[in-house]
Amino acid sequence: MSRRHHSEVTEGEQLPGLQVCVTRADLIRYAGASGDFNPIHWNQRLAREVGLPDVIAHGMLTMALANRLVTTWAGDPGAIVECAVRFTRPLVVPDGPDGALVELAGTVAQRRDDGTAVIAITARCAGQSILGQATSTVALT
Amino acid sequence: MVLDPSFVGRCYPAPGVYQVGREKIREFAEAIGDDSAFYRDPSAARACGYSDVIAPPTFAMILVLRAQQALICDPELGLDYGRMVHGTQAFTHHRPIQAGDELGATLHVEGISTRAGHDMLTVRCQITDAAGDPVTTARSMLVVRREDR
Repeated sequence: MSRRHHSEVTEGEQLPGLQVCVTRADLIRYAGASGDFNPIHWNQRLAREVGLPDVIAHGMLTMALANRLVTTWAGDPGAIVECAVRFTRPLVVPDGPDGALVELAGTVAQRRDDGTAVIAITARCAGQSILGQATSTVALT
Repeated sequence: MVLDPSFVGRCYPAPGVYQVGREKIREFAEAIGDDSAFYRDPSAARACGYSDVIAPPTFAMILVLRAQQALICDPELGLDYGRMVHGTQAFTHHRPIQAGDELGATLHVEGISTRAGHDMLTVRCQITDAAGDPVTTARSMLVVRREDR
């Protein structure tokens, strides 16, 4: 367990990808852990009443998964000094054991002289992007 | 516009102090499916120079939500929570959150505008430790969708 070194990193490098199956049970668990009990994340009737197709995942769960990709690569989660996302499309999570499959990928967009690197992240479900302008800045050793 | 632009500049402190616990960090890590030892094993975290287990980068949202609750519940603002969606989120970590931290959080309303009939609310949450030093700065853009859908 050690933090990735600046000299090991090259611009354009791909991070190991991550695929996560998100189910309704995961949303309930995330609601409890985060304290975000908005019913659009667990109640189909209320989600539809506000115009959504079905229950949707917490955007913050998707952001957490995007940063899991980066912290795993960085070797030390404390290396993340900045992270940002736009929530461009809701992640619809149907009932059932398969839930929704999220595919995450990351690329080293910048390797800076100050010892940091900026990772550009994509998150897709069923071929459609669910995050925009997702980046995390990592302080390397 | 539904939201009152005169709310820009207002501050909403989260109630009380939030004590960061090891089990809460573990629970959060499990909820995001991350099995890293940094979130579970104090000795592994200490070996990397931390005082105790550290929290995942988005754990700070727990503090932001506590501070946001005061804003959402302000009847004068008239925010319809059921129509609110999260537009953007950004964190600047001045240091990682660690178990044992006693954190305060204050939400600052930075902007209120309208785009395509939707109200956009920009807020900044400043999270500080017991010494008053900054730990995390979180910026959120919240969208209150218009009612004709």
